[in-house]
Amino acid sequence: MDIHIQNGRLIDPASNTDQAADVFISAGKIVGAGGTAPDGFKADKVLDATGCIVCPGLIDLSARLREPGFEYKATLESEMAAAAAGGVTRLACPPDTDPVLDEPGLVEMLTHRARLPGFAHVHPIGALTTQLAGKKLTEMAELSEAGCVAFGQANQAIIDTQVLLHAMQYAATFGFPVWLQAQDPFLAKLGVAHDGEVAARLGLAGIPVAAETIALATLLQLARETGVRLHVTRISSAAGVDMIAAARASGLAVTCDTAVHYLHLCDHDIGFFNAHARLDPPLRAQRDRDALRAGLASGAITALCSDHTPVDDDGKQMPFGEADIGATGLELLLPLTLKWAEEMRLPLATALARITSDPARIMGVDAGRIAPGLAANVCVFDPAASFLVNRNNLKSQGKNTPFLGLALPGQVRYTLIDGYLAYADGK
Amino acid sequence: MTSTPFNHRNPQLNRHGELNHLLSTDGLSREMLTRILDTAVPFTEVAEREVKKVPLLRGKSIFNLFFENSTRTRTTFEIAAKRLSADVINLNINTSSASKGETLIDTADNLAAMQADMFVVRHAASGAPYLLAQHLAATGQDHIHIINAGDGRHAHPTQGLLDMYTIRHYKQDFTQLTVAIVGDVLHSRVARSQIHALTTLGVPEVRVIGPKTLLPTGIERMGVQVFHDMKEGLRGVDVVMMLRLQNERMQGALLPSAQEYFKSYGLTPDKLALAKPAAIVMHPGPMNRGVEIDSAVADGGQAVILPQVTFGIAVRMAVMAMLAGA
Repeated sequence: MDIHIQNGRLIDPASNTDQAADVFISAGKIVGAGGTAPDGFKADKVLDATGCIVCPGLIDLSARLREPGFEYKATLESEMAAAAAGGVTRLACPPDTDPVLDEPGLVEMLTHRARLPGFAHVHPIGALTTQLAGKKLTEMAELSEAGCVAFGQANQAIIDTQVLLHAMQYAATFGFPVWLQAQDPFLAKLGVAHDGEVAARLGLAGIPVAAETIALATLLQLARETGVRLHVTRISSAAGVDMIAAARASGLAVTCDTAVHYLHLCDHDIGFFNAHARLDPPLRAQRDRDALRAGLASGAITALCSDHTPVDDDGKQMPFGEADIGATGLELLLPLTLKWAEEMRLPLATALARITSDPARIMGVDAGRIAPGLAANVCVFDPAASFLVNRNNLKSQGKNTPFLGLALPGQVRYTLIDGYLAYADGK
Repeated sequence: MTSTPFNHRNPQLNRHGELNHLLSTDGLSREMLTRILDTAVPFTEVAEREVKKVPLLRGKSIFNLFFENSTRTRTTFEIAAKRLSADVINLNINTSSASKGETLIDTADNLAAMQADMFVVRHAASGAPYLLAQHLAATGQDHIHIINAGDGRHAHPTQGLLDMYTIRHYKQDFTQLTVAIVGDVLHSRVARSQIHALTTLGVPEVRVIGPKTLLPTGIERMGVQVFHDMKEGLRGVDVVMMLRLQNERMQGALLPSAQEYFKSYGLTPDKLALAKPAAIVMHPGPMNRGVEIDSAVADGGQAVILPQVTFGIAVRMAVMAMLAGA
């Protein structure tokens, strides 16, 4: 099928493109981007992108699909519909499913199930240790062959630093990247909120910033020792951003990301115990949030993800500290990126890079850009329209987000995955 | 940079700004706090009558929902409700940690179906009564009033209010006082309720005294001065509010031993002598004699610990009457 996306403004951060241009798609691939159709192109379908931005399909470094094991929270089908509606065409999913993604068979099953037209490309993050227990290494080579793009621990720390060292050494042997969260499990023990004024007032057990910086120091030092390609997930504090920037300045090839909610919220948004603001790592102080916003703009933080974590209503109908952790995010990735860009007065291309070409680089895939010959993964959105966050509009099975009720900038009009029209105008 | 995009309406007030639930002393105005204390005054004499009852809440059903054991607090609420002629139903709900929240909502829905007028809730998790209040509002049942009888480390507003009543009884004017709160502030819902009430009522100097392991990060942002040296902290104060130290604090790495704690932070006659001569000593009970307070002080002339209990009933009657009275 040949598809012609016409009258749009093409923003392709990877090639520094920001101009009016049509995009031509044939047999699932981009065949042209510019004013005129390539020779012999005959559109079967024309998508009108007047007033819209045409950009590479979004790439999300962390989206929990909840399969296998947590189908009551979400299913592959529901979350793939959410991805398409959010303009996300490629995503990495953390290994904290049930069973944990620590066996090649499980990974193969997941990627196989996800290989349907209209479904985003799914890249599992393999467990670095079996059961995420931090004791025994997984069969990383086998898992890599099965489709794992990196290895990580989701939100579980490896307590034994010798195991961590060995895991990094082993991953480095084969050139496998490790994606790890920096949070000291002892300092975070029983904590449910940032250790500061709000936790003090609400009587919530705190997680100090030192939980992040101490774990980060360990990760950075071991990455230096082992030469492993380290990606730090969900940086939450100003001090953490500074440490990453310093490590990179000293020559360490480390990357990091943060998630959308950390750009817009801080511990004060817990308000009166709003369980939707129960996140891991916790929402930190306002100045941390501001440092994350600036760090992402400057590139000190390499990429932005949704940290999509659908939770069922029962999981959030709990007192704050007992509520399930996480927020739905696939459909908010673009709007919250646009909101951040708008508030920071950033060029759209810079903002979109953080959710397209930059995460592609971290994943090590040739994607997140629009160029002839590449698979046609494209997002078309109207930047002037707004997305009203409510239970009806969210396709994800998880309706859990602290942004419920808000109107956010940007409405996806079309999502194409390998040239397949996965989402069109509310359908 | 960005402004917070959310509006958090104080869930304990109704749309007219009147008290619909009592969840915390935080967020209540000085006028509101004073009104509660004023309302409590006539109730103190109900206890002295031969028939200790007034018919204010006749026909109302008050459920004591205690998800955490407490005989003392539950009893004081029960007495308060009975003196107001309400029907009182006590429910002690044993909770398995996995299903606490579910039990809370389910239980509330069940009791609401039995035409409850008020829930008095104690729960081990900070914020549990807020969840309940939100649930009642979302399901159109917020004619049922909630009194927070203690939630986790967060708040114990009736205790805070009875403490204010006691202070006002003995010291009259809040705006001339220096008040010290001593002990395990970190784990104390009582301390938080006291601090908000004291600062709101205009106490110019509120001090908290304790080791760094028992004071929450950022506590000074609640408008208090932090002292680690008890002698320094007690110097010249008008009111000493002791906190209960749970025995389990000794099991972790927060404190080495009860003996050492008593040495540094136990209230002895020597240390009390540093306060003003007319200083009063308060304690929310139950006391650990020899851990946070010396018996000579607990039973001494400056202690007002038993009057606190008596006033507590009047204050709880006042709150119940204000919430559910016609």
